[in-house]
Amino acid sequence: MAYSEKVIEHYENPRNVGSFDKDDPSVGTGLVGAPACGDVMKLQLKITDEGIIEDAKFKTFGCGSAIASSSLATEWVKGMSIDQAMGIKNTQIVEELNLPPVKIHCSVLAEDAIKGAIADYKAKRAKANGNGNA
Amino acid sequence: MSLKLPIYMDNHATTPVDPRVLDAMLPYFTQVFGNAASRSHSFGWTAEKAVEAARDQVGALIGASGKEIVWTSGATESDNLAIKGAAEFLKDRGNHIITAQTEHKAVLDTCKRLEKEGFDVTYLPVGKDGRVSAESVRAAMTDKTTVVSIMLANNEIGTVNPVNEIGAVVKEKGAVFHVDAVQGVGKVPFDVNAAKVDLASLSAHKMYGPKGVGALYVRRKPRVRITAQIDGGGHERGMRSGTLNVPAIVGFGKAAELARTEMAAEAARLLKLRERLREAIQSKVDHTFVNGSMEHRLPGNLNISFAYVEGEAMLMGLKDVAVSSGSACTSASLEPSYVLRAIGVDEELAHTSIRFGLGRFNTEEEVDYVVKIVVDKVKKLRELSPLYEMAQQGIDLKSIVWAAH
Repeated sequence: MAYSEKVIEHYENPRNVGSFDKDDPSVGTGLVGAPACGDVMKLQLKITDEGIIEDAKFKTFGCGSAIASSSLATEWVKGMSIDQAMGIKNTQIVEELNLPPVKIHCSVLAEDAIKGAIADYKAKRAKANGNGNA
Repeated sequence: MSLKLPIYMDNHATTPVDPRVLDAMLPYFTQVFGNAASRSHSFGWTAEKAVEAARDQVGALIGASGKEIVWTSGATESDNLAIKGAAEFLKDRGNHIITAQTEHKAVLDTCKRLEKEGFDVTYLPVGKDGRVSAESVRAAMTDKTTVVSIMLANNEIGTVNPVNEIGAVVKEKGAVFHVDAVQGVGKVPFDVNAAKVDLASLSAHKMYGPKGVGALYVRRKPRVRITAQIDGGGHERGMRSGTLNVPAIVGFGKAAELARTEMAAEAARLLKLRERLREAIQSKVDHTFVNGSMEHRLPGNLNISFAYVEGEAMLMGLKDVAVSSGSACTSASLEPSYVLRAIGVDEELAHTSIRFGLGRFNTEEEVDYVVKIVVDKVKKLRELSPLYEMAQQGIDLKSIVWAAH
């Protein structure tokens, strides 16, 4: 299979590889996919009290397109508000990376990972607030 | 000696034509170009003579007579002709076929077609080592069994089946024994009489011959009969019509002769290279698992899983090395290798498997280079792998509820 130049570029030079402390209250973690399916993405967002994504990191087990999709996602979300990040669609990733139909699920995973990380962050906040009120 | 890139290490997929084979073929394109079926002039006679010599060369490789060789377009056609031809010919006697789950698609899909036409097919499971046991064949055989098709060696994991034992069981029960010998012949000893084989599929391009030519061994004593699948001028004793591809057949003959005379030395050399590759990789990378049997294995085959690193991402990193993967991503189906599944490899490990196929033209320098970049890429991709990170933290990946997608 021939890869698009952008996929190769992200694969060769993945952006924002790494991890944050998942117990940090300002960090939301999205872990999506399954080893048995051949793709697992972990995407973490560091979010300010104002709801701005100030940093993002990822680790991905998967093919080159999965690595590129998650790498691109971390690049895009940095500086975005939570609401803006929630608006990222997998089709935008497909377009940017020129993914063939058989790789569309990689972009879906990346979208799910962003949403998962934000949901995790919100759940943490809700819990912290709940505890504070109690 | 300087290394030439890219390095070809996918010799189960195909092999380059040996220059000695090419030399043998060349005159048959422009000078001796006759139709081997032309009986009325010398152009036809010389072509026929060359075809008959090649028949003997291919026959000699498997302990058969040249008269028992039927030329085909390749092993896929040979498998189709053998299984469909024998099953159809014997359909008044029975409708049961036995094969194994790890067979090549050319066998499995042929059997599936026959199932649609009313035949019953048993797909035998294999052991963790990938071998089909003679006992499992015996247990599956019924009064209705007419054809048993078991491969000599597997194309993914290189496992060599006990075909001599299986053949004895099949003949005890009086069924026809077909062996897809494509991957094993010329690499490990194979004799149609020792294995009591009735039909055997061979391919030229897996043994340094040209693509587009194969053969089906069809036993003459006692005579095995099959129904032709391609009708026409009655070539190949009526079993396979069509003008013979004389240059390719001459090349196949030469390739078979080289395989026969050089097999022992080549197998020893390949085994040494394979072990050099395996030992170096396993000493430098942890969490690797060799898939299939180490004992009953083609000398040039190494199928190995690198835990926590997805196969296609690996292949992408090994861009100067031609190998293949059992990962789902390399196929359109998104399912990992059915062969690895059949030998009980976890799906997640199946996604991390890489197949190295060493061949006649690989060198020690190439092996050493491949080891270097494999080690480097695994390291890089594990740094990127959330699974490796979790494993390092002592998290049991099986304890996590993954959302399948």
